Amino acid sequence: MKITFTINGEARSIDTDGEAPLLWVIRDGLNLKGTKYGCGKAACGACTIHVDGMQVRSCSYPAKFAEGKEITTIEGLSRGDKLHPVQQAWMDEVVPQCGYCQPGFMMATAALLNEIPNPTDEDIDNNIINVCRCATYYRMRKAIHKAAALAAQNPSE
Amino acid sequence: MNTTKILYSIFLGLVMSSLILWSSDVNTSDHIIVPPTEIENSPFDLMMQVLTHQRCVNCHPAGDRPRKGDDSHITRSLGIPRGNDGHGLQSISCGTCHTTQNNDYSGVPGAPDWALAPESMTWEGKTRVEIAEQMMDPQRNGGKTPQEIMKHLTEHELVLWAWEPGIDAEGLPREKPPVSKEDFIKAVKEWMASGAIIPEA
Ligand code: FES
Ligand code: FES
Repeated sequence: MKITFTINGEARSIDTDGEAPLLWVIRDGLNLKGTKYGCGKAACGACTIHVDGMQVRSCSYPAKFAEGKEITTIEGLSRGDKLHPVQQAWMDEVVPQCGYCQPGFMMATAALLNEIPNPTDEDIDNNIINVCRCATYYRMRKAIHKAAALAAQNPSE
Repeated sequence: MNTTKILYSIFLGLVMSSLILWSSDVNTSDHIIVPPTEIENSPFDLMMQVLTHQRCVNCHPAGDRPRKGDDSHITRSLGIPRGNDGHGLQSISCGTCHTTQNNDYSGVPGAPDWALAPESMTWEGKTRVEIAEQMMDPQRNGGKTPQEIMKHLTEHELVLWAWEPGIDAEGLPREKPPVSKEDFIKAVKEWMASGAIIPEA
């Protein structure tokens, strides 16, 4: 079936099996490889994207539900050349180890900051439940607080 | 009504009255009386066989976290608290992973209005009688009338999902409740029509 949506600000149409995971459409159909496949069971969060501003695990999201929606992947998180506060904080705190899980964590964090601009540790524990095989959780926590501070300094971002 | 039917009705009436009289005599700790609604395969029994099945109880858990699987376990990915409205938290919610349909690729179940039941409707760890009392109590059931409860049980897609639970993450079909959907709906309607009598605890 034909599915039309906006991805990272660009209108796209694609012919695909409507039941296929949106993750396959993004990675294989649109060649946006930043979103990762981890478990395929909505358990790890590596495939996290935003659909109409809400975080969604794209390995478990049928492509047909993307019709008419606004999708953001890690490639669309920055504002042009300007890094998103989450990206800046991730660099400042040197969060990644192998890096595989990081796009998912960053998308989950951006979604968290949209809802809770200044999250407590408890907010982070409750809302960020992705999995990192390299256990970078400690640095991520610091980066999440830093991203909140950066966003507060520059509210337009 | 012909004579045979009249005689038969009188006979049945006599048998029932003597049973009631007999039961009031023997209601002691070593002679437990089974109330009529607790009879095996009675409408109450059939309804409760379903409502106490993990397909229902997993989303009526004690505490704040949904349960998963035929063993009703908690996983990290289901560590999301119920939040204020049973749909999860501000940025991570049921809809992060669940949609309005089962997903055969990921094994993630889904149905319209996928959510946890409110805390006042916790079923896990409760007896059949406690569940029924809670379900019919407007203070705890979200202000629902018996008619609305019946509609919820017999028509709501989220409830009826129990008979189309899809496959799990290993690709194996999820267990369905032990009573068929048709028999469950019939039982609920019969139980409601006969006054929704809850047996004594
Ligand atoms: S790949 Fe989607 S949650 Fe793991
Ligand atoms: S950085 Fe390696 S899995 Fe998270």
